[in-house]
Amino acid sequence: MQTFVPWIQFGIGLVLSPLLAGIVNRTKAFFAGRRGQPLLQVYYDIAKGLAKGAVFSRTATWIFRAGPLIGAAAAVTALALAPFGGRPAAVSFPGDPILFLGLFGLMRGLTVLAALDTGSSFEGMGASREVFFSALTEPVMMLGFLALARESGALSLSGILNAASLERPETALVAVALFIAFLCENSRIPFDDPNTHLELTMIHEVMVLDHGGPDFALIQAGSAVKFWCLGSLIVNLFLPLRPDWPWTANTAAGLAAMAVLAVSVGVVESVTARLRLNRVPQLLAAAAALSALALIFSLG
Amino acid sequence: MKEAIELGLMALVLSDMALLGIGLLSTCIRIVAFQGVLLGLFSVAVNWGFLTPRVWILAAVSGLLKGVVYPLLLRRAVSDAGVQREIEPYVGPIPSVLAGIALFGASVWIGGRLPLTGAAEAGSRLIVSASLMTLLTGLFLVAARKKALTQTLGYIVFENGIFAFGVASVGEIPALVELGILLDAFVAVFVMGIAMYHINREFDHLDADRLNALKG
Amino acid sequence: MIPVLAAFAVLLASGVTPRLFRPDSGFGRRVGPAGVVIAAALTLIPACRVLAGRTPIREAWPWPMPFGSFAFHLDPLAAFFLVPIVVLSALSAWYGPDYFGGHDPGRAGRSWLPFNALVGGMIGVCLADNALFFLLAWETMALSSFFLVAFDHREEGVRRAAFIYLVAAHVGTAFLLPMFLSFANAAGTADFAAFSGSLSGPAASAAFVLAVIGFGAKAGFVPLHVWLPDAHPAAPSHVSALMSGVMLKTGLYGLIRTLTFLGVPNAWWGWTLIAVGAVSALIGVLFAMAQRDLKRLLAYSSVENVGIICLSLGVATVGRAAGLRPVAFLGFAAALVHTVNHAAFKGTLFLAAGSAVRAAATREMDRLGGLSRRMPFTAAVFLAGSLAASGLPPFSGFFGEFLLLSGLWRGVTEADPSTAVSMAGAASVLALVFGLSLIVYVKAFGVSFLGSPRSDAGSDAVESPASMTVPMAALAAFCVLGGLAWAALFRAVIPAAAGVFGPVPLAETADTSEWLWKIAAVSGLLVLAAGCVALLRLRRGRPAVRSSVTWGCGYGPATARMQYTGSSFVQPATELFGFVLGTRKNVRPPAGYFPAGRRFETETPDMSREKLYRPLLAAVSRLFSRIRAIQEGRLQVYVAYMVLTLLTLLLWMLR
Repeated sequence: MQTFVPWIQFGIGLVLSPLLAGIVNRTKAFFAGRRGQPLLQVYYDIAKGLAKGAVFSRTATWIFRAGPLIGAAAAVTALALAPFGGRPAAVSFPGDPILFLGLFGLMRGLTVLAALDTGSSFEGMGASREVFFSALTEPVMMLGFLALARESGALSLSGILNAASLERPETALVAVALFIAFLCENSRIPFDDPNTHLELTMIHEVMVLDHGGPDFALIQAGSAVKFWCLGSLIVNLFLPLRPDWPWTANTAAGLAAMAVLAVSVGVVESVTARLRLNRVPQLLAAAAALSALALIFSLG
Repeated sequence: MKEAIELGLMALVLSDMALLGIGLLSTCIRIVAFQGVLLGLFSVAVNWGFLTPRVWILAAVSGLLKGVVYPLLLRRAVSDAGVQREIEPYVGPIPSVLAGIALFGASVWIGGRLPLTGAAEAGSRLIVSASLMTLLTGLFLVAARKKALTQTLGYIVFENGIFAFGVASVGEIPALVELGILLDAFVAVFVMGIAMYHINREFDHLDADRLNALKG
Repeated sequence: MIPVLAAFAVLLASGVTPRLFRPDSGFGRRVGPAGVVIAAALTLIPACRVLAGRTPIREAWPWPMPFGSFAFHLDPLAAFFLVPIVVLSALSAWYGPDYFGGHDPGRAGRSWLPFNALVGGMIGVCLADNALFFLLAWETMALSSFFLVAFDHREEGVRRAAFIYLVAAHVGTAFLLPMFLSFANAAGTADFAAFSGSLSGPAASAAFVLAVIGFGAKAGFVPLHVWLPDAHPAAPSHVSALMSGVMLKTGLYGLIRTLTFLGVPNAWWGWTLIAVGAVSALIGVLFAMAQRDLKRLLAYSSVENVGIICLSLGVATVGRAAGLRPVAFLGFAAALVHTVNHAAFKGTLFLAAGSAVRAAATREMDRLGGLSRRMPFTAAVFLAGSLAASGLPPFSGFFGEFLLLSGLWRGVTEADPSTAVSMAGAASVLALVFGLSLIVYVKAFGVSFLGSPRSDAGSDAVESPASMTVPMAALAAFCVLGGLAWAALFRAVIPAAAGVFGPVPLAETADTSEWLWKIAAVSGLLVLAAGCVALLRLRRGRPAVRSSVTWGCGYGPATARMQYTGSSFVQPATELFGFVLGTRKNVRPPAGYFPAGRRFETETPDMSREKLYRPLLAAVSRLFSRIRAIQEGRLQVYVAYMVLTLLTLLLWMLR
């Protein structure tokens, strides 16, 4: 049984990840005084998209279709590396944080290429911003992981995250830095507004303008899984869970914490304004500074 | 008490980083005020076991001055001068933050090598590093910013660093030295305030670097 | 050693033959590359045997030169560098004749003499066991590649690039000579076998510094890289592939070889290498990002990758000096693995870029676009190379990155605080470099090959012939199957590392290769997931699919010229790093009611050339112009100078 637990959690992540987007949307609706979409709206969207036909640009080639497919596959693979609820991930070995970050790089690279494949200047603009911001988040995440690794002495994601405890103040710094990186990677306010309707101001959404039907459904599913993966890392930092507790309890706690995370993303989106584009590097530099301080504190 | 001190130190370093990264003057003044209050609490926390009335008074005076009086003066200077934020500093916000990380790294390195006994008694080796960091941040702000007002802030931060260093190295604040420095900073704030007011009236701007146009 | 000697003979014979017969005949054009392929096969036999665990081969023949001998030593380290060198040489040679197709066939045929000499020189550098022999091979390599860079010597820019290259190569050698002399002086012989441990203390440090500068000029460490961004675009593409893919690596090989002579290193040597590597990687990737010329971009990316390898060597050296054996092993393994990966993906990219440039007749990315419709095969190959070069899993480039970062990671967790914090700094610089290299390659591929053609240049391109696409495909296959390849090939790294550090404990290497297998397994999972997703996507048979124009957000008459260009794609990043890049802008904005004559141009000249060499050379020429005072212009005076000099020297010698 114990060997299957990570895979069960993997399945839970796969199935429940679109729910988080629903929770975020409901939270935002609550703040705005609306009733909002159904919680399961993203599921409906994905199901409907998968059943539809598609319109392809005459400019685009096979890369346009490969982008969402490989992107979703990379996100699902990364899910197998992400520990959940204080337990080791399905696949865990020393150095796996590098692979974890690399898989998201792959997802991003293919999405961006698919955007450039359409030859649209709007999509080119979104692609340009997307790769730029994520190039800046990589050092933030790397330094954050390194600070945690220095504390715990472990080399795998499961090891460093499950050993981390909020009793040490540097963990809190890393958690904040990772949360900023998480918002940026998932194209959330203050970096990007998922609800904007002006193409010039979009980042992630404008890259996928030309994708429709099943391709767009895959992109939505992939983004949901990515949200889950990165979110589960942050949640693990906060939860004082131990691997030897019953897995059902751990999983339940993890799920509750994920819901809290989704609500807090919704709160952040409701109460903050989006940053000017040229301020984004400053916020990311601040996040990198937090990670670096955490590392220096953990040495001191 | 050790955890509280560590948390306070972390907050001190973070406030230094924030000063380096933020250009909005009113926010900077608020951060400096926060530092002042923090240091007041700090001198109480470090001497927790043997609190004398003198410690209380000194802590209260310095907290009050730095946390309330200076910020009020500075805020009035801001509104008088009509300057809202630091524009075009010599060193931009991102390089400043990166420099801050480097400064902190250097402070930790130096802090590990200074033979200070007071620090060990107080419970955290980080005290020396954090106070050095504050001191260096102050100097950095004086050197890298254009507006006379930010430079004043830099002097206060510098003074905060010395205060924290004093707490770290001696444990109990050497009252005479500390009061002397406080007075210096007090006068500095006044002089700066008056000077800024006049610079602003004469030249319509507050850039200290343009003072060199005055030389013969 | 016999196959290697035979390989030299074949290279020489096949290089000279076109000159004896008609270089423009079919035979004359193909005998040179055929010779390279045969020589490569001959060299591979002993190299692979040594890598598979046979005893190293050491043989020497006399050379009537003082201190000189034709001493060969094929140990695992040499073999590890030799294999990519000969494989890439053979593939580039195979690609060559048809790439030249359009050029003057006679000159193309004659160009195989320097090409074969370059291949022979590189083989010689790897195998030499004597300082004089090494320098002979080194100079052969430098001179032959100079002739290859100068292939299109009728263009002024090419002549200048070739000249800069020649000067840089010789400045490098000028630093190597005193280094080898100091070794030979201490050891009493010029044979490498006697070099190890012959120097110690400050002399060893001096030798290390000379080696870093001398070999760094060849490898392209910043700021010695200044010849690289000019020479690579100037040379024919298969030559650029060879120079960038493997010739730069001979510099790194020389550096590693020198480190083996120096024994247990000082920690500061490692920190020097880490700093040089980090600066090279960051500067290389930033300048690569700002380029508009496809081949220049690839050249700067070579600076980046050489920097990464240098950083890995630094990690290995620091680890060794500090006694952190796993860190040292991982760093060194990363250097070797990335050497091979870079040879493969940069070879792929230069060959594919050559194919595209030949078809479109321009290297300006902002004039290209949409090539993947006209040249689907070249595009697929370039994509494979790009993904590997951006270090994305499961492509081959990821594995060097993985080993290096896990080495740094172990350093951060295990070392003392100041080492740990520096290693964390190196790791975060690397993370930034990998993030930026994704921008570089997305730009290179996306702008040149995707979208629609931005000018007439690429709109009538045709796919290259099979003789060019097959070698590209072979290299691209290695880039794509990197996951399985490295898990299986990792055994070959261990003896090479053992040659440098002494025996490596089995437990560490077993761990590392287990991780690599796990990555391969995760890659399998990725392919599986992609398969499942594809099935999900195709579940409903083929739903209605229409094709139409790209959605222009409601604006109909969008043209190909409105696409995002490469320069605009990287603009946010070049703006942020403007203080490093120093990009010059030439802007005339539209003005008035009927704006006319507006223009926008950017240019990013090399920083070290602008800020370092230009002032330096200007100062030097100012200094030497003072000496002009003694330039009389009369023969009698010059003779008088000579007599005076001779007299002074004689008096000084006999005093």
